[in-house]
Amino acid sequence: MSDAALSKTPLHAEHVALGARMVPFAGWSMPVQYAGVVKEHHAVRTAAGLFDVSHMGELRLRGPSALAVVDSVVTNDIAALKVGRAKYTVAVNEAGGILDDLIVYRLADEDVLVVCNASNVGKMSAHFAQHATGRCDFEDQSPATALIALQGPRALAVARDAGAPDAILALPRFAIGTAALAGVEVTFARTGYTGEDGFELFCANEGATTLWRHLLAAGAAHGIAPTGLGARDTLRLEAALSLYGNDIDETTNPFEAGLGWVVKLDRGDFVGREALRAIHAAGPARRLVGLEMTERGIARHGYPIVSASGAPIGVVTSGSPGPTIDKNVALGYVPTEHAAPGTTLGVEIRGKIVGAAVVKTPFYARQ
Amino acid sequence: MVSIPSDLRYTKDHEWARREEDGSVRVGVTEYAVAQLGDVTLVDLPKAGADVGAHARFGDIESVKTVSELFAPLAGKIVEVNGELEDRPELVNEDPYGAGWMVVIAPSAAGDWDALLDAAGYEAHLAALEG
Repeated sequence: MSDAALSKTPLHAEHVALGARMVPFAGWSMPVQYAGVVKEHHAVRTAAGLFDVSHMGELRLRGPSALAVVDSVVTNDIAALKVGRAKYTVAVNEAGGILDDLIVYRLADEDVLVVCNASNVGKMSAHFAQHATGRCDFEDQSPATALIALQGPRALAVARDAGAPDAILALPRFAIGTAALAGVEVTFARTGYTGEDGFELFCANEGATTLWRHLLAAGAAHGIAPTGLGARDTLRLEAALSLYGNDIDETTNPFEAGLGWVVKLDRGDFVGREALRAIHAAGPARRLVGLEMTERGIARHGYPIVSASGAPIGVVTSGSPGPTIDKNVALGYVPTEHAAPGTTLGVEIRGKIVGAAVVKTPFYARQ
Repeated sequence: MVSIPSDLRYTKDHEWARREEDGSVRVGVTEYAVAQLGDVTLVDLPKAGADVGAHARFGDIESVKTVSELFAPLAGKIVEVNGELEDRPELVNEDPYGAGWMVVIAPSAAGDWDALLDAAGYEAHLAALEG
């Protein structure tokens, strides 16, 4: 795809002015790094980072049946979701394969926001639109909506200095609220994808630049760093959060992916429930596990995983150095009999077998 | 503008070569390559004694996000390897033309050296890449 064909977020000019290296990602021109992946990673773990994730999708369902429609499409129990709260979930196809992982926000009684991955906006928009037909209003608000993530141990202090009211600062994890910041109407969600505390801030495209600059200015005294997709990936990997297209996709089911906790089988019907019941009853044949390299080498997406005897048994889905934990780690699928923490395995790195061990995830958990 | 020392020779793959007094050639990667890679996290080098061909892969350099191959500027025997990089790969970022060197090669074909780019040639190559 040529650069001209790439979509640009409303913050594109800000990234270029900050010296970011822009790369194509899911059809978008996105900042992969500004000052450097490792520097940005440490800033998020020790201070705060600001991310432009406006490429993600925002699907809005409204009407008396909006909540029931979403409930019938995703695996988690959305019917029980309270106003002002959010839930992580997946949607699966009729075979139980993961269509996408999502956060569902109940903005009001009859108003639901579903945030999906950039790479899946077209697919998920069509999927929700189909299920909404004749039951509730559906709107893909992705093209008009900006999303900025403020993450890190200083995120709350940055938000306070930026003028966020106490009611916003007091939001518990996975709660949402609205407030004006620098004259911009913002929906705050106490969510994120880094393993740190923080907020994700939704606003209309028109307010994105004002909000971005305002947060960077308020965060300067706290050591805030604009942070690119490179560090976003190492941060989420240390926290063992799945990346759609790498660790989960339509060929994987939620049970083998370690996402059984977002599947509620004993409630109203939803797409894929029968398939998931069967998978759950049989028990998954393979599992997504955490791997820590015990010898020198970095496992990468697609590298084969081998047993202690050298037989190929699986594949790495994500892997990189973990700057905070100072270890090379990976996620990958292995047969259930090789999935217990402590199991000695190997990863084939460019023809060489390099030692690895199954470890408990997350690799990193904040204190 | 990245630094391109005038006393070195270069390849289009962004390795540099420095002729030592004894005729051996010290090899590393250029500041331009380092800027493209970002934080270097692992350098995989062969053992001393290995033979390499001109423009053949002799190792790999990894940053947080990418793996790149290292190509020998000229044919010969690897007589020295920078073992320091095993524990401190960041030396490649900090001092690409100095402490971040990778191997020393005893060349087997005299003509290889003359075929390498000089600083002006490499600068022109970068200018063409950057469009």
